[in-house]
Amino acid sequence: MGDWYRDFANSGLGSTLVRQLGLPRPAVLRRYEPGAPLLPGPAVVGTAGEGRLHGVLTRVLQDAGVPVLPAVDGDGERLAAVLLDATGGTSPADLAAAHAFLAPALRRLGPSGRVLVLGDPPSAAGSPTQAAARQALEGLVRSVAKELRDGATANLLLVPAGAEAAVPGPVRFFLSGRSAYVDGQVVPLTAADVPAGEHEQRPLAGEVAVVTGAARGIGAAIARALSRDGAHVVAVDVPAAGDKLAEVANEIGGTAFQLDITAPDAGQRLVAHLRERHGGVDVVVHNAGITRDKLLVNMDAARWSSVMAVNLQAQLDTTQALLDADGLLGSGARVICVSSQSGIAGNRGQTNYAASKAGVIGMVRAWAPAFAERGATINAVAPGFIVTEMTASMPLGTREIGSRVNSLQQGGLPVDVAETIAWLSQPSAAGVNGQVVRVCGQSFLGA
Amino acid sequence: MAPLTRKAAIVGGNRIPFARSNSAYAQASNQDMLTATLDGLVARFGLQGERVGEVVAGAVLKHSRDFNLTREAVLGSRLSAATPAYDVQQACGTGLEAVVLVANKIALGQLKSGIAGGVDTTSDAPLAIHDEMRRVLIALGSARTLRQRLEALAGVRPGMFVPETPRNAEPRTGLSMGDHQAITTKQWGISREEQDELAVRSHQNLAAAYDRGFFDDLVTPYLGLTRDENLRPDTSVEKLAKLAPVFGKDDPDATMTAANSTPLSDGASAVLLASDEWAASRGLPVLAHFVDAQTAAVDYTHGGEGLLMAPAYAVPVLLARNGLTLQDVDYYEIHEAFASTVLATLKAWEDPAFCKERLGLDAPLGAIDRSKLNVNGSSLAAGHPFAATGGRIVASLAKQLHEAGPGTRGLISICAAGGQGVVAILES
Ligand SMILES: NC(=O)c1ccc[n+]([C@@H]2O[C@H](COP(=O)([O-])OP(=O)(O)OC[C@H]3O[C@@H](n4cnc5c(N)ncnc54)[C@H](O)[C@@H]3O)[C@@H](O)[C@H]2O)c1
Repeated sequence: MGDWYRDFANSGLGSTLVRQLGLPRPAVLRRYEPGAPLLPGPAVVGTAGEGRLHGVLTRVLQDAGVPVLPAVDGDGERLAAVLLDATGGTSPADLAAAHAFLAPALRRLGPSGRVLVLGDPPSAAGSPTQAAARQALEGLVRSVAKELRDGATANLLLVPAGAEAAVPGPVRFFLSGRSAYVDGQVVPLTAADVPAGEHEQRPLAGEVAVVTGAARGIGAAIARALSRDGAHVVAVDVPAAGDKLAEVANEIGGTAFQLDITAPDAGQRLVAHLRERHGGVDVVVHNAGITRDKLLVNMDAARWSSVMAVNLQAQLDTTQALLDADGLLGSGARVICVSSQSGIAGNRGQTNYAASKAGVIGMVRAWAPAFAERGATINAVAPGFIVTEMTASMPLGTREIGSRVNSLQQGGLPVDVAETIAWLSQPSAAGVNGQVVRVCGQSFLGA
Repeated sequence: MAPLTRKAAIVGGNRIPFARSNSAYAQASNQDMLTATLDGLVARFGLQGERVGEVVAGAVLKHSRDFNLTREAVLGSRLSAATPAYDVQQACGTGLEAVVLVANKIALGQLKSGIAGGVDTTSDAPLAIHDEMRRVLIALGSARTLRQRLEALAGVRPGMFVPETPRNAEPRTGLSMGDHQAITTKQWGISREEQDELAVRSHQNLAAAYDRGFFDDLVTPYLGLTRDENLRPDTSVEKLAKLAPVFGKDDPDATMTAANSTPLSDGASAVLLASDEWAASRGLPVLAHFVDAQTAAVDYTHGGEGLLMAPAYAVPVLLARNGLTLQDVDYYEIHEAFASTVLATLKAWEDPAFCKERLGLDAPLGAIDRSKLNVNGSSLAAGHPFAATGGRIVASLAKQLHEAGPGTRGLISICAAGGQGVVAILES
């Protein structure tokens, strides 16, 4: 399933034509390859404030062998990343320093470059002035993300005091090719215990991960990513999809577990299976989902309730069953729930689907404190337009528009969603809890 | 002193849904189906790249190119290519006999793990060339001169181009299996109603088992089939009563129809067996243990016994050796070659004369509680790809026993062409 337009726009004749006609020119995104360097070139690190995180950022880059420049001016080597530590700003006037640092640096940003800004959470500000300064960063970063070209992205991490240890994992994610299709996002971190010594290429070594809806599409990509990162994957899908499921399991050396997650005893069966076969579980990815689109006025009860059952109720019930099973969900467990852009922006013809996917976000936020108490996390990932069998069957026009209305001017791939989930599964993502990370190329919908 | 043998554990199984002949699997070969079935088992139990002790399987209808069918299937599967394999064949008893062979080697400590299975296709069946044509071709092959070749070819006659299809008939009597069974049916006075009721119950039980998710970890879809193609959940005695008999048709009171006889079908099954230690070291379950097995054969050509009655002889021997009565069994799996096979077998065990004269017993084995018979459906509903039936029954029964709790006992009885029978006991 290629992106014919992207390929055309990057071909010799195509690129000339596209430039002359002023058409969008979607880039070929830099994606993660195990063993590839964190960044393909040097990074520049600046501060706009007290620079509380400057040391952490520099260390992350140096540990990854990335050359670090203090500041840039004028022409020179292309930059792979621009990092700005904007913590400690007290008033909007402090943001002038951000502008002064970013302007020359962004001019030198290379293809699939990364802009990552770190700020303080506005919610913890001591005064309206301070809150204004902090919130202003959001507008800055989201706009930068829209101005960047050539597959470059800009994102913002909000780091409260005391959460410094939680910074490296997310920073590595946003700089790496894993975050290729994550753009214009604001991710608040919380203070958390981050285990040391995570293996760079196999951060999930020795862990057991469950992925629902793993027979195809995004779920199969998630299963592959988690397995590549070291986990044993228990691939779950409906019995009717068992042949495809077995293929995925055999490809990645995992196991196939045929289960309809809406069965009344699905939670118990999953718990029993995990206990018997693995003794516990470390990562749970609720990915299985269905659509049954119709305008609300034409929607029958079956369409409504089947979507609710798979997309929301099953996530609630199986998560509860796992929490209730004594000692099954380890401390440090990761639960990742697949939501959707529709759950944020709404979508015509998808009242049932959008309701279920918004419900997932509510669930994740409400459960986060209880998970934090266990040293675990629960997060949602909301994909935008992802190129799958499902979208391949859309009419060309709808598909073309759907895939272009975002800052990266292209649809994402299942692997993009999978990489974000694999990141949230890592021990070093301990500081991300109760959040919704969109994998949408900064979609214009619901932004 | 430590016991010299240990009971083999049944870890689980896998099969593909059974298809009706010349339908969903019309283009699939035995090797295709067995390979897919092994791969489903590999996926279920995480056996990718694993060197299992031995894979033992077979097919009843076999192409000559499939002389090493099981080993070829292993090589095409995700198991380690260093997994040894061999073929067995004991007609419809093939699948169960394969389980016996693997279980015994595990019991003796010669294997730590093994897979037993079977496959059959009546769609992609071998066609043999006419025997005289075969002789001509052999002569042609050994001819050295042009003249010798022409002489050999001169022996060709038009009739020789008609291929020989495998027939579901006994070579020594020329009677089909169904016509043989019709004799037994009449001998035991098995009514049409009884047979139809048993068939309907088979469909209902199989459908209910699917509905409650019983087969979720026993079956993997294949080529678009997710359930057994022959399954008719909504069938009824009234509907079946309308069908015309197809076997023993010379008799005006013939009772055997297409519905109370198993259809020709395609499919494959496999069972994973192991020592308890092997299973435990991999976090794999033990559903049941393989306790004991027995075979028997009857002289149906001149001995006056029904072709499919051998299990009636094997079971009492097996029970006696294990100090059990027929009623000590919690679940009975009696392969439904025909509804009347099951019914005639049960009647024989209740019959004082049969039990005394044929089995040499002082008292009949007695009646069984019918609610414990084929509780998750059997061959009338699922279909019967000959060599695949044993694996289907062993895996399903082991799971049933596991669900019922420790110490539950099951009896398997399978009749086979050639007047043979294979029976076994499992216990959870
Ligand atoms: N493709 C997109 O653009 C997109 C966008 C936003 C969100 N999503 C979400 O991502 C997830 C995966 O989407 P996809 O495009 O890969 O869809 P898909 O239809 O290709 O795959 C979904 C899988 O879930 C399985 N499934 C459905 N009901 C199930 C049940 N009751 N029990 C177990 N498994 C069940 C299906 O059999 C299927 O294999 C879904 O939650 C979807 O809502 C997708």
